[in-house]
Amino acid sequence: MEELVLWSRAQFALTAMYHWLFVPLTLGLGVIIGIMETIYYRTKDEAWKKITKFWMKLFGINFAIGVATGLILEFQFGTNWSNYSWFVGDIFGAPLAIEGIMAFFLEATFIAIMFFGWEKVSKGMHLTATWLTVFGASTSALWILIANAWMQYPIGMSFNPDTVRNEMNDFWAVALSPIAINKFFHTVTSCWVVGAAACVGISSWLIIKGKDSDLAKKSIKIAAPFGILGILLTIYNGDGSAYQVAQKQPMKLAAMEGLYNGQTQAPLVAIGFLNPHEKIMNNEVEPLKYNVNIPYALSFLGFRDINAFVPGINDILKGGYTQRDGTIALSTKEKMERGKLAILALSDYKKAKADGNTYMQDKNLKILEANYDNFGYGFLKDEKDIIPNVSLTFYAFRFMVIFGSAFLGLFALLSYMSFKNIPYEKYKLLLWSCVFSIPLAYMVSQSGWIVAEVGRQPWVIQDLMPTSAAVSAVSSNSVITTFIIFCVLFTVMLIAELSIMFKQIKKGF
Amino acid sequence: MNVLKKIWRFYYQGFKSMTLGKTLWAIILIKLFIMFAILKVFFFPNFLSSKGDSPIEKADYIVEEMEKRVNN
Repeated sequence: MEELVLWSRAQFALTAMYHWLFVPLTLGLGVIIGIMETIYYRTKDEAWKKITKFWMKLFGINFAIGVATGLILEFQFGTNWSNYSWFVGDIFGAPLAIEGIMAFFLEATFIAIMFFGWEKVSKGMHLTATWLTVFGASTSALWILIANAWMQYPIGMSFNPDTVRNEMNDFWAVALSPIAINKFFHTVTSCWVVGAAACVGISSWLIIKGKDSDLAKKSIKIAAPFGILGILLTIYNGDGSAYQVAQKQPMKLAAMEGLYNGQTQAPLVAIGFLNPHEKIMNNEVEPLKYNVNIPYALSFLGFRDINAFVPGINDILKGGYTQRDGTIALSTKEKMERGKLAILALSDYKKAKADGNTYMQDKNLKILEANYDNFGYGFLKDEKDIIPNVSLTFYAFRFMVIFGSAFLGLFALLSYMSFKNIPYEKYKLLLWSCVFSIPLAYMVSQSGWIVAEVGRQPWVIQDLMPTSAAVSAVSSNSVITTFIIFCVLFTVMLIAELSIMFKQIKKGF
Repeated sequence: MNVLKKIWRFYYQGFKSMTLGKTLWAIILIKLFIMFAILKVFFFPNFLSSKGDSPIEKADYIVEEMEKRVNN
């Protein structure tokens, strides 16, 4: 079973990370193109039309190669994750269906006008189509992120023991959950940073090669300030996201911070290195070495109170601490017992129903309802199963924050030099830094998802279903086979995209 | 009718005058073929459909699986 779960997760992660190579550029570059075309619309300056068309072409290549890759994830739901699909399909399916019907068609309709309509529709109509494409793409992301947020914080539903499905009873609670709102804005604005980095990096490369330098510099003049806006909003929404994690997913926060033993007035680890997890758990070593902390910051950022107690991994395992709502936290062992009661009560309820025994039906239903909040814990074999991969979560979080923030400096410097007319084309090191900031932006973006998804393990749905219960009873060999097929397919498609993209970039504006 | 004709002509001329777009469409179609005609058909069947036809049978299977995974 362990091997099956591991390969199924690896396949899903591979597909999601591959899909995420295309999405940020679509969302980020889309807005930049919209701004550039708006300038063209207002100034009637043909240079801006040329610039818009160049970036639109790269947008189109990225869109074409990336389109529908997300559907492969849905194939996997039906085959590799069928228990999960059944258990929450009623909720998870709704946002995905809305995404498919509304956003995708909105996007697909107006993208045709964007590419075919330059000389066929009015300038105003074309500009509207461009902005509606951007709006459609962002709306598309909204529904996907609502679905993801629900998995991190299940809300607005009730469990139906007859169908064995969670059924949505409050659409707005699902759509407007605080996790969803923060996740949407944090993700979309971080995509603006990726789009800005791509625009700045490609423009810098054209300047280095002495190709269309004037148009490249005009592009930077738009992308760099847009990148500043993107990163500032990403930081703001990132704080909101981390605050929600502190309230709803304390184990993820503990892993992000390498916090094994909770404390009041908890500091935030700015920089640090983790000792091996097993040694920390055996109390042989301290969790961190060479760490630089920001005093009180974790308590303040997590709970808006410098004196707040932030539970560590050991506290969450042992329980017994007072939570923010005044209740005493249960130990993981207690939750596991309650989860087992709930699962077995569900099974007995079904048997009693088949036998027509209403007394046992009611009795088991009450047990199930009383323990449903801990349903997923019943599948765990060991209390330590609730600890995610701490080092991966810890380092991915630091990578995201440190290198993500570095973009603020880069964009600020470029904006300053652009608007002060300082000839930055002389500074080759700066230009090459911009070029290499493109892969860095992608790595930062991917590490954000690693924090979100690895940090919430073992849960596929927080507290209700671990990955070990969500996976289908298929053979691990079949999952390994499709994993290898995806590796080959994705590599070929990525090579195709990059070669077409590089060819277009070399042509210049 | 006139509007429909205009829309048809818009798309027809748009597709006809594509240069790079033709390559991109070829990639999209190949990708969709691989996804739906090969991967979906041969590698990604609906797993639960093999366990029962009705929703009740599928729900019963899920409960059995859950019980098994608690005990194993």
